[in-house]
Amino acid sequence: MKKLFTAAAIAGLTATGASAESVKIGFVTTLTTPAAVIGKDMENAVNLAVEHLGGKAGPLDIEVIFGDDQFGPEAGKQATDKLVKQDDVDFVAGYIWSHVLLASRKSVLDAGKILISANAGPSQMAGKLCDPNFFSTSWQNDQTPMAMGEVLNKQGVKSLYLMAPNYAAGKDMTAGVERTFTGEIVGKDLTKWGADAQLDFSAELAKAKASGADGLFVFYPGAAAGAFVKQYQQAGLKDELPLYSVFTIDGISLPKLQQAGFSDVLGSKVTQEWDPSLDNAANQKFVSDFKEKFGTYPSFYAAQSYDAIMLIASAVEAVDGNLEDKDALRAAVKAADFESVRGSFKFGTNNMPVQNFYLREVVEDADGNWTTQVAETVYTDHVDSFAAECSME
Amino acid sequence: MDTSLLVIQTLNGLQLGLLLFLVASGLTLVFGILDFVNLAHASLYMLGAFICASLTYAVGNFFLAVLIALPVTALLGWGVERFIARPLYSRDHLDHVLATFGLILVFDTAAHLIWGPEGIAVPLPQAFRGQLELSETLVIPTYRLVIIAAGLAAAGGLYWMVTHTRLGMLIRAGASNRRMVAALGINIELLFGLVFALGAALAGLAGMLIAPITEASIGMGNQVIITAFVVIIVGGIGSMKGAFIAALLIGLIDTLGRSFLDDIFKLFMSPDAAENSAPALSAMLIYIIMACVLALKPQGLFPPKVR
Repeated sequence: MKKLFTAAAIAGLTATGASAESVKIGFVTTLTTPAAVIGKDMENAVNLAVEHLGGKAGPLDIEVIFGDDQFGPEAGKQATDKLVKQDDVDFVAGYIWSHVLLASRKSVLDAGKILISANAGPSQMAGKLCDPNFFSTSWQNDQTPMAMGEVLNKQGVKSLYLMAPNYAAGKDMTAGVERTFTGEIVGKDLTKWGADAQLDFSAELAKAKASGADGLFVFYPGAAAGAFVKQYQQAGLKDELPLYSVFTIDGISLPKLQQAGFSDVLGSKVTQEWDPSLDNAANQKFVSDFKEKFGTYPSFYAAQSYDAIMLIASAVEAVDGNLEDKDALRAAVKAADFESVRGSFKFGTNNMPVQNFYLREVVEDADGNWTTQVAETVYTDHVDSFAAECSME
Repeated sequence: MDTSLLVIQTLNGLQLGLLLFLVASGLTLVFGILDFVNLAHASLYMLGAFICASLTYAVGNFFLAVLIALPVTALLGWGVERFIARPLYSRDHLDHVLATFGLILVFDTAAHLIWGPEGIAVPLPQAFRGQLELSETLVIPTYRLVIIAAGLAAAGGLYWMVTHTRLGMLIRAGASNRRMVAALGINIELLFGLVFALGAALAGLAGMLIAPITEASIGMGNQVIITAFVVIIVGGIGSMKGAFIAALLIGLIDTLGRSFLDDIFKLFMSPDAAENSAPALSAMLIYIIMACVLALKPQGLFPPKVR
């Protein structure tokens, strides 16, 4: 487990620095296992956000304590408990994985802390399990695949084969595309996930091809993405079974795919709520500083983590550092008065963002690096399908 | 269900089985002859993949990189035997497990420090990126056939070595009764070192072969080691023949289960229920097989004759 006293580093050795009041943010992500590649990207974005804020949220110093979920719900809950009970943090943020967030939510919410998801968006927590102290700077899982479903309808795709990992988000993702796609679903495979995830998809790809579908929809986040795209290309399916993916081809998998020369990925289309090419001042600063500091484009995971820290800082500033008045603090978070990297940002009734979704295309930038750019806007101010199930006003 | 899909899935199962055999054969050699439980076998699989990945970028050709990486991995295995395993032979299995589990953590962290957390994608030569058309409906990625060929070649070489060479004779003798081998004046320490290095090279080869399909990543061996243990338990610990047959069996059952179980389930339950229960059952399938074998033949399908 890492501790990062960013505040101390930035405040330097000022005489009063040692006793300065601070806001403690626990940040749970994956720092070991192959999925650590996502966690690293998020950690970088969090540190960049703190740096952009000058280490301060209003009058308070920002102290971020990272926790490692080891890509599993048991370790994720332990890391969360440690942050809540031992470190007594004021906010708990992060969470890549839906099953980890579902396992950890109670620890945070029962302790009266504010929980902010920077990625996972399980349907349960947007709907029946919604909570005044739970906010998201990402999306509800179903939204991104729903946008992809709309794109498929527009492109005239008649039949679709689905592949996703067998866990909470994998089920939400396939449910999402099934909700908006009007054609026929000819087959579906849910593959083993977790620390011993299945990464050889030979059997599933052979089935998908034999199904005769017009397209293949997949959701394979993190390290699995590279493996999937390679096998898709090795199987030579590009012309026969075009690939439509969500959370698979992104700022994390593209540099590796480029390094290994898997050019079939160029031109492929994905849906997302954010893109490095979005034209607003906050995003341009974030993307250019991130690239300069870490050498790659930030992924959407990074963008959402950056927003989570900016959101927390804006709320702490709005209450002038008074973290005791929970109602005021909660209202300040809900107001979302910060410069989001996706432009305008507002919360819906269930504290999930109400936001645009874009179709992005994989392209080569001016420097020869593979990245994505916005092709069109699919949804404007989209509200997730579970908001109605949430009892909050 | 058409035949070409069945043929493709059988080939996929064969490929998985052969990779499993490469890992399991080293494990069964070390367990059978040295009586040493080596969980760190998984790390040698991972290190093989990483070393080969780095070399691929350094020398520019994947197959050349494999040839260089093999002796390097064998040397690593020899080092593990000499400095970690040897002092522990007289201890019981639990100590072996503790030490080699610690070794996994050390190797994982070392890989994290050397290569970073993100893993390395391994590019294949252009000729092996495509597919081979066996017939109009029967198309298989060329590289999958390369894995099958390499796996069969390694299995054949191993068979020849075990049955037709002096080293093989000693290995068989060691598996049956290693005290007697030592009493006959054989340099048992040298034999153990060689066996360990051979096992490491085989595990490394499996890691190298899978790397272009998935990638070299931290902890990749931990996924395969559990299945490899299932293989050697089903096959009979210490038996090469058992490891080979069990590996192919497990590879085929796993692949065919993943391919056809949901279709079979749809015959007698609703499509929704089938789609939910099939992945759960196919993930358990190999363990169910292991439980059945253990119940009927506790020594495995092909136990070595004398222990």
